[in-house]
Amino acid sequence: MPVPEDRRYLKSHEWHKLAGDIVTVGITQFAADELTDVTYVKLPAIGAKVSADTSWGEIESVKATSDLYIGVSGTVVEANTELNNNPGVVNNDPYNGGWMIKVKIADTAQFNALLSASDYLKATGHE
Amino acid sequence: MLLRTPFYDFHLAAGAKMVPFAGWEMPLLYRGIVEEHNHTRAAGSMFDVSHMGRLHITGKDAIALLNLVLTRNVEQQRVGQSRYSLICNPAGGVIDDVIVSKDVKNWLVVCNASNRDAVVKQFTQVRDERGINAQIADQTQSTAMVALQGPKIIDEIADMLPVEVRDLKRYGFETGIYMMSRISVFRSGYTGEDGAELIFSAGLVNGMFKRLAERMLDSDSIIKPAGLGARDTLRLEASMPLYGHELNDNTDPLSAGLQWAVDLNKDFIGCQPLRGIAQHGPSRKLVGLELAERRIARQATPVLAGQTVIGQVCSGTFAPTLHKSIAMAYVDAKYSPVGTELSIDFKGSVIPAKVVTMPFYRRSNPG
Repeated sequence: MPVPEDRRYLKSHEWHKLAGDIVTVGITQFAADELTDVTYVKLPAIGAKVSADTSWGEIESVKATSDLYIGVSGTVVEANTELNNNPGVVNNDPYNGGWMIKVKIADTAQFNALLSASDYLKATGHE
Repeated sequence: MLLRTPFYDFHLAAGAKMVPFAGWEMPLLYRGIVEEHNHTRAAGSMFDVSHMGRLHITGKDAIALLNLVLTRNVEQQRVGQSRYSLICNPAGGVIDDVIVSKDVKNWLVVCNASNRDAVVKQFTQVRDERGINAQIADQTQSTAMVALQGPKIIDEIADMLPVEVRDLKRYGFETGIYMMSRISVFRSGYTGEDGAELIFSAGLVNGMFKRLAERMLDSDSIIKPAGLGARDTLRLEASMPLYGHELNDNTDPLSAGLQWAVDLNKDFIGCQPLRGIAQHGPSRKLVGLELAERRIARQATPVLAGQTVIGQVCSGTFAPTLHKSIAMAYVDAKYSPVGTELSIDFKGSVIPAKVVTMPFYRRSNPG
C-alpha cells in the first residue's frame, strides 16, 4: 500500500505535511485499516502545546483505542472538528479529509528528521 | 499452531483479515465491521462459527450427567429442542455458557471455543467421580458450523436445506440428510436477528457450500460473509453475554440476569451458593449503559456514582444500528434500576452514562 511522498512519518503511523511553519497531522491508511471503523478522535484544544513523542490525543475504533503522537513540537492552531460528527472520514480519506490537527512549529529541522515515505514503509515492514 | 476451520480457503478468497482467536485462525472482518454489522441487520450474513466446541453426549445416564453439570433441567426437553444453559463451578461461578440440544441418538452441547477444554474436563470429571454411564465425544474438528443471520436469511436459504426451516420455532432444530451427510438446522443465533445455525460434516463444506460461497462473493449478493468483529457488535446491541466479558469463573449467572436459565429446584454443581444468592438477591447486577458521548467504554473501565467507583464495564462499543455508545457493566445492585444516572471514568475524563433497558436493540418484526 503506497503512502503519499509529500509528507513525513512516524513509525507509529502518523503522517506530517509541512506548509510554511504549519504541520498538518493525520494517520496513514494502513493504521486506519488496522483500527477498523473509527468511532471517535479525542482532539486537543486550540493553543495546546504538543511535543514530539508525547501523546496528544486518542483514537477509538470498534476494535481498539490507541494513542496519537506527533514527531514535532509546537502549538495547536486548528483541529478538525468535522471528525466529531463523522469520524469515519479517517477510514475513507485519511490523507485529506481525515486530517486531525494543525500545529505551528518553531523549527523545521525536527520535521526534516522524520521518516520519508519509503523509510516509513521500510520501518513498518510494508514495503 | 493455530487451528483452521473447513472455511479457511473461503475466508482468504473473500479477502478476510484473519486473526488468532481462542486457538483458531478466524476472520475478524471482510469489508469492514460496521458495514458487515449493518448488512446483517438489513439483509443477512454468514458467520463461520466452526471454532465453537461441539460435544456429543450419549449413554444410558446422559440425562443424569447433563442435569448435574448444567444449570438447566433437561429432563422435559424433547428431541428437536435447544436450550441456553450455564455450566457452573462449585462456587457458582460460570465455567461456560452453552446451548444444549436433544437429538434422536445423542445430546449436543455447543460451547465457546475458548472453553472447550474446560467443558470437556468438567463433563468427564463429573462422570468419572460419580460413576455415571455416559460418553463424551468431541465432534468439533470433524464438523463445520455456520450462523446465517438477518431478516432475509430464512427466505434465502429455505429452498437449499433438507429440512423445513420456516416451520422451526425459535430454539427448535431438525436434522436432515444432504448428499448422504447429516445436516442439523437450528433456528437460533447470536445477533438479535432471525436466522439459522447449521452444523454439518466438515467434508460437506466443499460440496454444498461451494455454490452458496460463490454467490456470496458477488457484490449484489443478499447474503454476505461477516467476521468476528461484527459478531461482537451485533451481540452487544442484542445484550447477549460473551464469556470472558459478562461471564467468567468469578461471576454467577444470577448477577448476570440469567436466572431464567437456572433451575434452583434441582441439584447441580454450584446450586448451593446460587440458592444463597437467590435468597438475598445479588449484591451487584449486570446493567446496560448508554453513554452521553461517542467514546467507547472498554472492559474494566470504572463506573462511578458521583465520585465513587461502584462498578466496571464488561463490554462496550459504538452501536452501529443505534448510533450510540453503549456498554454492559456490573454495578452495585442499588444503582441498577433503569434511569439511574451514573458516569464512566475514561482515565480522568468523566462521561455521563444512564442505566437503560436491555436489550439495547430489538428487531422490529420478531419471527
